[in-house]
Amino acid sequence: MPRIVDILLGRSKPVQADLDALFGLVGAQLTLQVSEGLVPTGQAGVCFKPVAGRSFAETAAEASQLLGLGDTTSGGAGASGTPEAAGAAVEPVATGLHQEDDQYGFHWVVLTVPDFQDLVNQVHLVNSTLKDNGYGPQLLCSVFAFRPDPSRTRARGDAPPVVHLVYLYKRGAFYPFIPVPGSEERRDVESELRLQNVLADDLKIESDKERWMPLWGLPVR
Amino acid sequence: MATQSRTRNRFPVDRGLSARMMTTVFLLFVFYAVLVFVLYSFVKSLAIVILIPAALLFAQYYASDKIALFAMHAKVVDEHQAPQLHAIVDRLCAMADMPKPRVAVAATDMPNAFATGRNPSHAVVCVTDGIVRRLGYTEELEAVLAHELSHVAHRDVAVMTVASFLGIIAGFMTRMLLWSDMLGGLGGGRGRGRNNNAAGQIVLFELAALAFSALFYFLSFLLIRALSRYRELAADRAGAILIGQPRVLANALIKVTGELGRIPMRDLRSAETFNAFFFAPAIAGQRGASISTLFQTHPPLQVRLDQLARLEAQMGKSA
Repeated sequence: MPRIVDILLGRSKPVQADLDALFGLVGAQLTLQVSEGLVPTGQAGVCFKPVAGRSFAETAAEASQLLGLGDTTSGGAGASGTPEAAGAAVEPVATGLHQEDDQYGFHWVVLTVPDFQDLVNQVHLVNSTLKDNGYGPQLLCSVFAFRPDPSRTRARGDAPPVVHLVYLYKRGAFYPFIPVPGSEERRDVESELRLQNVLADDLKIESDKERWMPLWGLPVR
Repeated sequence: MATQSRTRNRFPVDRGLSARMMTTVFLLFVFYAVLVFVLYSFVKSLAIVILIPAALLFAQYYASDKIALFAMHAKVVDEHQAPQLHAIVDRLCAMADMPKPRVAVAATDMPNAFATGRNPSHAVVCVTDGIVRRLGYTEELEAVLAHELSHVAHRDVAVMTVASFLGIIAGFMTRMLLWSDMLGGLGGGRGRGRNNNAAGQIVLFELAALAFSALFYFLSFLLIRALSRYRELAADRAGAILIGQPRVLANALIKVTGELGRIPMRDLRSAETFNAFFFAPAIAGQRGASISTLFQTHPPLQVRLDQLARLEAQMGKSA
């Protein structure tokens, strides 16, 4: 609830990230599979704004160090569970992880994990590690990718659309984002609205549609 | 009060903001009325005092295209800068047999389109980046532009300017009548106690006149809004008939108004939007209530869709 004094004096507090809602995704995955025929692609990404003035290599190295990982991109500071300072987790993240910067200057930690429950856990781990090490305010979102079940026949011949579920920390809510494949900056708004109804029971969906901002060209497929 | 025609209903409702804006409009009228009254006291000529608002409104009407373009930060584009857009407008003007207006583009993500200008020869039709991103250069954008060109053909800018002028004059005349009544009544001798009584009566009359003319203005304001909604439906109808496919306009309206229209196209990571995520908003936004329908310049989406569905059925029968 806003305090009168805060309003009058124009004070506002930085919003802290709210991570536990991520675990609702496990139920959402089942719903998506049953209702929509969507399965996880096995990839998810964590997006944060790097500290200004640092190069990609520095950011990537620091993130690798924090996460105690083997990392294909940065050449790995700590390939196998080196105990770290400041309460970083020590279990190494199992399968593929790489980092990249995108065209907006944001840093992505992209995870590729076959088992979805495991993927959710690891994304949560990445997030809490970053948050515990002071990156909380810079965390932007986590994105999970789904695609239509390849074992089902599809009527259309063109590329199957990738369905993203974007989790915004500051709002603690999800929203779907489905870019139209093969086009530049078009999104399938009707399907997104339909997914909102499908997932309403499993996840907290962002109620303010103006916050459903797209992430064009994101590195999570 | 520059009026424009838009396909989009309204910006997201913020009740507090709406209330503040309504209050502002009222206060503006009150100040305006006081100014006119002061002028009248000095000038003592009704004709001149009516002439000033008339002149102001005429200036506004005359420059309506420049005002609208300036307000929306729109830029006029030529055939080389926006060939697809010009092609659509060319086609529509050929079908409608009307002179081609200037074409402008506004750089905002909000889906919107409007047409303005004092007559069809001095008109400009404008689209935003947001509506092009959502509809593309398709028959749906063509339907939206047909709606806007209908506003130009119906001379809606002139109609709404005249209507708002009448509203102002109606409110103003009411005040004048009440004042002249009061002044006439106090002119005759009332005897010794006149000073005290007169002062008290003047204040009361002043308040009554103010309240009455405010009420009158408010009623004419509601009527003007109703007129605007009717004109929007008329433009829907004419635009749909022009392109021959009401269903296409209906689809376009669904895509740009209401929930679908609110979903943004601008990237989450772009600088302006990112800052919004660092701080909690001081006051949470609230959804509007239904009484705001009286104040809408555009009819509700469902009403517009129903009319278009009826048109579609009629066209089907006569084909």
